[in-house]
Amino acid sequence: MGQIKYQLPPEEVLAPGHFACPGCGATLTMRYALKALGRKTVVVIPACCWSVIDGPVPYSAAGVPVFHTAFETAASTACGVKAGLDAQGDHETTVLAFAGDGGTFDIGLQALSGAAERNEDFIYICYDNEAYMNTGIQRSSATPLGAWTTTTPTESPKAEKKKNIVEILAAHRIPYLATASVAYPDDMISKIRKAKDIRGFKFIHVFSPCPPGWKFEPEDSIKISRMAIESKVFPLIEIFHGTDYKLSKEPEGVPVRDYIKIQGRFRHLDEERIGIIQENVDEEWERLYSKCVPTTQAHHAGSGEFQGERRSSAALSIRETDSAKKKVQSARR
Amino acid sequence: MEGRNGMNTTNSGLLHPSIEKVVVMEGTHAASYAVKLARVQVIAAYPITPQTSVVEKLSEIVSDGELDAKFIKVESEHSAMACCIGSSISGARAFTATSSQGLALMHELLHWAAGSRLPIVMVNVNRAMAPPWSIYVDHNDSLSQRDTGWLQFYAESNQEVTDTVLQAYKIAETVSLPVMINLDAFVLSHTSEPVAIPKQELVDEFLPARKASFKVDTSDPRAFGALIGPEAYMEMRYKLYQAMEDARSVIREVDRDFANMFGRSYGGLVEEYMAEDAETVLITSATAVSTARIAVDELRSMGFPVGLMKIRTFRPFPVDEIRALAKHVRKIGVMDRNVSFGATGIIYQETKAVLYNAPDRPAVFGFIAGLGGRDITPETINEIFSYLMNHEEPVSEAVWVGLKTAGADRPEPPFPENSAAMKRSDGV
Repeated sequence: MGQIKYQLPPEEVLAPGHFACPGCGATLTMRYALKALGRKTVVVIPACCWSVIDGPVPYSAAGVPVFHTAFETAASTACGVKAGLDAQGDHETTVLAFAGDGGTFDIGLQALSGAAERNEDFIYICYDNEAYMNTGIQRSSATPLGAWTTTTPTESPKAEKKKNIVEILAAHRIPYLATASVAYPDDMISKIRKAKDIRGFKFIHVFSPCPPGWKFEPEDSIKISRMAIESKVFPLIEIFHGTDYKLSKEPEGVPVRDYIKIQGRFRHLDEERIGIIQENVDEEWERLYSKCVPTTQAHHAGSGEFQGERRSSAALSIRETDSAKKKVQSARR
Repeated sequence: MEGRNGMNTTNSGLLHPSIEKVVVMEGTHAASYAVKLARVQVIAAYPITPQTSVVEKLSEIVSDGELDAKFIKVESEHSAMACCIGSSISGARAFTATSSQGLALMHELLHWAAGSRLPIVMVNVNRAMAPPWSIYVDHNDSLSQRDTGWLQFYAESNQEVTDTVLQAYKIAETVSLPVMINLDAFVLSHTSEPVAIPKQELVDEFLPARKASFKVDTSDPRAFGALIGPEAYMEMRYKLYQAMEDARSVIREVDRDFANMFGRSYGGLVEEYMAEDAETVLITSATAVSTARIAVDELRSMGFPVGLMKIRTFRPFPVDEIRALAKHVRKIGVMDRNVSFGATGIIYQETKAVLYNAPDRPAVFGFIAGLGGRDITPETINEIFSYLMNHEEPVSEAVWVGLKTAGADRPEPPFPENSAAMKRSDGV
């Protein structure tokens, strides 16, 4: 893997006095999102860890206006904020819905689907820590296969696969959809900035490690995030208009076992079960990869560095640059 | 001068100068045109019978460019209210309409709107709750939302719907609380009546553009609705309580201002009819009031001292008005188009509650009628008055009127069969 040079916007919008746990992926996500979007942003937060992290009344760490809303209403409330600002002639302010996986994959899915279908003009970031962490680590439909939570004890860990929220959103044919990771802030920031410049519904799915929920040391947050990508557990991609898939980073393809072994939530898994998880990850990866490239020839091409686009898929890049970028530009105000 | 539908004409028969035109329209459209006049900026709504024509008409109004508003066709009533909350916290004037199951689905967000102190206005077409499915009127849907912190108005005529929507925004934006305007399914929502449409420039003068005292503002970033501990939650609830108390005088004031400008008044929280010298008064709400007016007229012509009090606002509840009424009447009957299971009719409970600590406590009788769209006719009202005049004290907490089930508490036979028993209580 090549050298990564970070060029993050220097301004810190998020104040340091927040209530997050050490090593919290959700907090890094907010920090980078606000670096990308700047101060002319309104954030809508449903029930989730961030209901606490931003601080109790009368404090707020975000540095931008925050409206706390009901669990299942991140998308619908954000849609209202955007409509209200528009109706008052403010077309500049970015509206950001910022929700956890429970509020996105589960209870908020209806409102999310509604906003996506209507192509409402705001950014929805889901920081996915793969369970209901704020209530004390209960399983959500984002919890991965085999994981322990307080409602999926080690004797009967989660028996179902993680819900594929990306495919659900892609099926809505929204103009921009991306996955991002706190391990690669420059990639995340460039994606959020791209989202800001696109009119319509934008969804960013962020892999958001949770030390107390996943049972690992806070200093390993970034390491685990990187391993999720390298093991193909959490591929970094972009999807334009729900159809044009682009891989942001070629994974090294490390065994899922390495990713699993450093987290307490998977400690109960024997080799057989890890094998099943590996098969599942491979299967999902193949399915995704086949959408990212027109042919499978260059299956292992790419050095693993950020490439902007896949070198091996010229056809795809032409589509991306000529067609999608035009759409992006024409959508710009 | 007020006619039956609140239509105002001068002595010469000319329309009040505030009137742009008079249009015959159904109750739902009376709401839609008021939304246009109020220059609402964001509408979010979801279809449900019999509310749907409110938003259908608004869709036309918005797509014709007659109203410059964002219309979000959401995927549920829950999202409709969330959209209204979002747009209201951004400083915009927001509207939605719903009914029955849709209102019940919104329940959590009704608390959210009031707790956020947002001046959203919503029209609810009162429809009975399922199961079994019913699309017809009763008031259990809105009364189930009693403690959410919303002001609740009940309209008697289509004209009152239009006028109350305009008043509602002014009240809501003054006290920073949301307002629900209720109208009876079909009896009002789909009944055509002449409605005086006021001149836009006068409405603009009466109801200027909203100036939000707080909003999400990137030049003054704040968080709204964050975690709060026991050290301050109670004080915020007290402020909400106080805002609802303040709403009483605001409602009266706004109604007076409205009357000065448009020539129509609805009395504020209540409207009395022949109650001044009455010995027996019926308290009820919504379209049943119109029916009761006819029954009262008939009984008055027969010499019985009966009268009416129309509950226009259920929240805030007209405490002072009912206590004042109690000073000079011997009996109060309350006709509820709702029921609280395990208790009684809801307005009956509340009426008794406001009188318990009052010096004057006439006998109060509770009647339940018209559930699930069963007609409330002048005969229904006559039955109730007959019962009131034949009883000195209530023998039941909930007399079900017009009930077909055997064995239930039932009132006396109606007039005229029972007219012999209808002796004036003072022996005259």
